Amino acid sequence: MKFSLGKWLLPVYAVLALTFLMIPIIYTFIFSFNDSLKSNITWRGFTLDKWLNVCKVQGGAVCEAFGNSLIIGAVATVAATVMGTMIAIAIVRYKFKFRSATSLLLFLPMATPEVVLGAGLAAQFLSVGVPKDMTTIILAHTMFCISFVVVTVKARVASLDPALEEAGRDLYGSPSQVFMRITFPLLLPGILAAALLSFALSFDDFIITNFNSGSVTTFPKYIYISASRGIPAEANVIASAVFLIALVVVVTTQVSAAARAKRLAKLG
Amino acid sequence: MSMATGAFAERGADLELVGISKRFPGFTAIESLDLTIPAGSFFALLGPSGCGKTTTLRLVAGLEEPTTGRILIGGKDVTNLKPYQRPVNTVFQSYALFPHMTVLENVAFGLRRRKLADPVGKAHEALRLVELDHLAARKPQQLSGGQQQRVALARALVNRPALLLLDEPLGALDLKLRRQMQLELKTIQEEVGLTFLHVTHDQEEAMTMADTIAVMNKGRIEQMGAPEQLYELPKTAFVANFLGQSNLFTGTVVGTTSTAISVDIAGQKIVVPVGRSHRHSGDVTIGVRPEKLSLHREAPVIDPARNVIGPAHVIDVSFSGVSTQYLIAHPSLGTIVVFAQNMAFGPVAHVGEQVWVSWDIEHGFGLADDPAENPRFAADTDTKSIAAQRHAALIAELGEA
Repeated sequence: MKFSLGKWLLPVYAVLALTFLMIPIIYTFIFSFNDSLKSNITWRGFTLDKWLNVCKVQGGAVCEAFGNSLIIGAVATVAATVMGTMIAIAIVRYKFKFRSATSLLLFLPMATPEVVLGAGLAAQFLSVGVPKDMTTIILAHTMFCISFVVVTVKARVASLDPALEEAGRDLYGSPSQVFMRITFPLLLPGILAAALLSFALSFDDFIITNFNSGSVTTFPKYIYISASRGIPAEANVIASAVFLIALVVVVTTQVSAAARAKRLAKLG
Repeated sequence: MSMATGAFAERGADLELVGISKRFPGFTAIESLDLTIPAGSFFALLGPSGCGKTTTLRLVAGLEEPTTGRILIGGKDVTNLKPYQRPVNTVFQSYALFPHMTVLENVAFGLRRRKLADPVGKAHEALRLVELDHLAARKPQQLSGGQQQRVALARALVNRPALLLLDEPLGALDLKLRRQMQLELKTIQEEVGLTFLHVTHDQEEAMTMADTIAVMNKGRIEQMGAPEQLYELPKTAFVANFLGQSNLFTGTVVGTTSTAISVDIAGQKIVVPVGRSHRHSGDVTIGVRPEKLSLHREAPVIDPARNVIGPAHVIDVSFSGVSTQYLIAHPSLGTIVVFAQNMAFGPVAHVGEQVWVSWDIEHGFGLADDPAENPRFAADTDTKSIAAQRHAALIAELGEA
């Protein structure tokens, strides 16, 4: 058989790239089962202890940080999604003064380096005299998440046929009924995507958080701090768990979407 | 909310537009429009795109606010009511079916908003009317264009609005389906007895379906009446050419009797009954429909009951099966169009042949337009007719010298 470079180049390259991407994740996953002591660098044998007693190490510091990240992510996501959706609808549907300026300003947090954004915000909190705690982190996260929500939802609003809302009004729907029964359900896929993006951005943000968190520790901040003296295996447990949950969510939605498409094709 | 939330309308209601105008930044869509549509009628608003017909419809639905004027439905002023407070429903051009709801929920939407009893039962009933009840559980995107159109109709009809607005609802359908839907719509309108206001640019559709047609142009209504009346006696050059085709000639009235006027058109005397002409002196534009013309290959015998034009020669023959269209160039009158039924096999005259055309005096009509405001001859970009007109102008100039 003749050897063909073109035939082999792409698969080899793809496998190498994927392996390179997966190694850190696989490493993290495997070392969550390491029977480690203080540092988790050398393999000392398999154990399920870390998974079963994840919150018992260092007085539950890992779990506390993880919990903080969840709370901050949830609150910032809800706040940013609600406000961002309203802004997106306003920008697409209504004409008002400084509309294009607003649109442009909303892009800035995405374009600005996080260090600048975080430091600037920290300086503002300091000058106004706001103590740094959970609230300041939530405010900071909401601020940069709004931009992403607006961009995501705006695309969805722009593609929404205005005749649908007009039909709703024509069919005796009051403005609030038209919003709840027509506009909102039709924007929902965009809003959900925006919310997921917000949560992901908030959950793994380190730079802006570090500037505005005071003594509060989030999961990324905990890992950063403990990296200097050895990350405990419990952190690997939580990281692996988050990865597995995300994987399950993605696979489930893909499979159910494929099943729905198949069902529609059969009906049509 | 009293009208909209009340029970089903027993019958259609009158629609009255009083002194309506609508200005958008930069242009005027409608200029002082007065219109009354009697209850129970199938009324068509016909006009080219941009004539203000869709804006009129949106004003009635409440989706736009008039700059001036009042809108009355069943004698009640609804000018300041919101769309959801008006006893009016619309079948949108794009159908605007809610993609996230089943066909049944689409149809039940209006009933549920008004909190009427048994919305599901009534929705099924409306779907049976348009013969789509078996698809009630589907989503709109799983239906064909014609089926979607019928769902949109059922969704509006189920509310028994006093007035149903149709915004070019058949525009997206192919010809055969459109014909079928035209008949179905007409039947449904007769069955339910509601007032239908149908906006369209398709003159054939308007003539097939409507009891009354209003021809709209540049924000004004040019003429209103029954389809036959508009077709047989158009008042303006716009109506004469938008509703079918017309041959128009302009000349000066040279004689008047109690029954007819005679008009000198480029040296030929054309007679029009007094009752069929809107103007009786000075310059007038008279017209005749192409299918009313007879084609002669020899000079016809003089008959006081017929107008004759000729000789002229055939410049184009197009055969379309049931009829043949001839274009005839007359040295001073420009191009004349003749539709002839194909009684024999194929065309009877050929390109270049010399012919005469004649028509029954009773078939001509005189327009109300002031010819001075319009070009003396309808603008024709056909090079042959332009050449013919130049030739005529040159001869006239030489004659004067």
